[in-house]
Amino acid sequence: MSRLNVNICGVDFKNPVITASGTYGFGREYNEFYPISKLGGISSKGMTIREKAGNPPPRIAETPSGILNSVGLQNPGVDHFIEKDLPWLREQDTVIIANIAGATEEDYAAIAEKVNASDVDMVELNISCPNVKAGGAAFGTSCAGAELVTALVRKHCPNKPLIVKLSPNVTSISEIAKAVEAAGADAVSLINTLLGMRIDIRTRRPILRNNKGGMSGAAVFPIAVRMVNEVYNAVKIPVIGLGGICTWQDAIEMTLAGASAIQVGTVMFTDPYAPLKIIDGMDNYLAENNIANISELVGQVQLW
Amino acid sequence: MKYTQELCPILKKVQLNKTTFSFKVASKEAVKSMKPGQFANILVEGKTLRRPISVCGFSREEGFIRFVFEVRGEGTAIMSEMAEGQNMDILAPLGNGFDIDPNEKAVFVGGGIGVPPLLGASAPYGANATALLGFRNKDAMILADEFAANGADVRIATDDGSYGLHGFVTQLLAQRLDEAPCDVIYACGPKPMLRLTAAEAEKRGIRCMVSLEERMGCGVGACLVCACKTRTPEGGEKYLHVCKNGPVFDSREVIWE
Repeated sequence: MSRLNVNICGVDFKNPVITASGTYGFGREYNEFYPISKLGGISSKGMTIREKAGNPPPRIAETPSGILNSVGLQNPGVDHFIEKDLPWLREQDTVIIANIAGATEEDYAAIAEKVNASDVDMVELNISCPNVKAGGAAFGTSCAGAELVTALVRKHCPNKPLIVKLSPNVTSISEIAKAVEAAGADAVSLINTLLGMRIDIRTRRPILRNNKGGMSGAAVFPIAVRMVNEVYNAVKIPVIGLGGICTWQDAIEMTLAGASAIQVGTVMFTDPYAPLKIIDGMDNYLAENNIANISELVGQVQLW
Repeated sequence: MKYTQELCPILKKVQLNKTTFSFKVASKEAVKSMKPGQFANILVEGKTLRRPISVCGFSREEGFIRFVFEVRGEGTAIMSEMAEGQNMDILAPLGNGFDIDPNEKAVFVGGGIGVPPLLGASAPYGANATALLGFRNKDAMILADEFAANGADVRIATDDGSYGLHGFVTQLLAQRLDEAPCDVIYACGPKPMLRLTAAEAEKRGIRCMVSLEERMGCGVGACLVCACKTRTPEGGEKYLHVCKNGPVFDSREVIWE
């Protein structure tokens, strides 16, 4: 499937379909459905320097064509990942992206050094998790904060291509994108989840124990397409598009909006095989339209 | 591959009462490695999230799985509209299930829609099983005759006294354990019932396995939403996940909140 080969920041992907952080663990569970070597890449569960317990349940609520979640970055800590999961992942022949998060500048610096010295292919800096009080979103929702933490991680992680994952819960996502580009990001990925809330009308309590959570799934797709296109037009670095992609048609649409690769997340809760169907569908589309490589379509939407 | 996505033709649909449905579906793959107490994540037309439904029974020889579920919201309402001959899209077998030893004396404590997974688990125990089943009222009673047909000693409690003991199933448990000891207790039902059952078991030093429920996402342990607070062997606390580490937990592990 050479039509789907892409290179992002010097890293070769067999196809541009990556599983999104937080929806796919470290790949082991879905490897019980199909070999995850079929994927272009996998973005790990968001990791912190120390183990993190996460938020109390309920952590999920269904919404029209989507979900809200408030997991709160539950993870075993980056050392556990490097010792227990990374060696196994390395054998699976797919691009490994370490998604990292922190609450303080010190945390970000420390975890950046750990992943810099590890065997991962790329780093995805999460400055946009909406579910932890002192979380990355405190940095990711202002240009100054985004720039500061990007420069810090860049300094402590000089050897890995650095993707910065952007929050949509901002006034201008393209301004944030320009700030992280200036601070040394090699690529951006967007969008993280949109802040939302649902209330149980019988108990008059929010369904999520954390009151609010991040919204994802098909319902957010048009917002993601708009934001990817705005950011594509604002920066020179590659854009990785995500947010509500469910089908190969969505993936092509996101590519036209400006995405050099795409991430797939919530749809896998409906269909664990969705990433494989998207890969096959994209390849067939390129073949039928005599397009030699998917990169020819990146950003090719003709705006009115 | 441990997990299977399978399209299972619906062989038989029975409405057990106003809100409870029994679906028997054909399965070739998922049933192969299935254990009592496991569950399937079932696709609901038009919904993002599948619905986790416990396995009520299955037969490898005859190639079927049976699900009994209650209509609680939009998703289960849509599922209940499915007809014989249609395909049910399931991910299975999921979760750890019950470790059963039919030579033991086992007491099964079920409340409401927590009763179905205990039917399949209790069947191999024959007369070694006692089934203590609690329901809101007589109309909500399900599966009691099937427990009896498998040889179990069946006792019923209803909240309003319209059948059996007027009271809670945990009162039946205390009575039963006063009569004679047992080796193990298996429980599934509302959290307050599970908590009281666990307390009764721990007071008497009886091993107790509880099957928990939580709002779920992926169903396989990747998304980490269905958290359950547990004690670690070192004396700390940790969120485990109902879909992968459970749904069956040793009651002493669970921190009830």
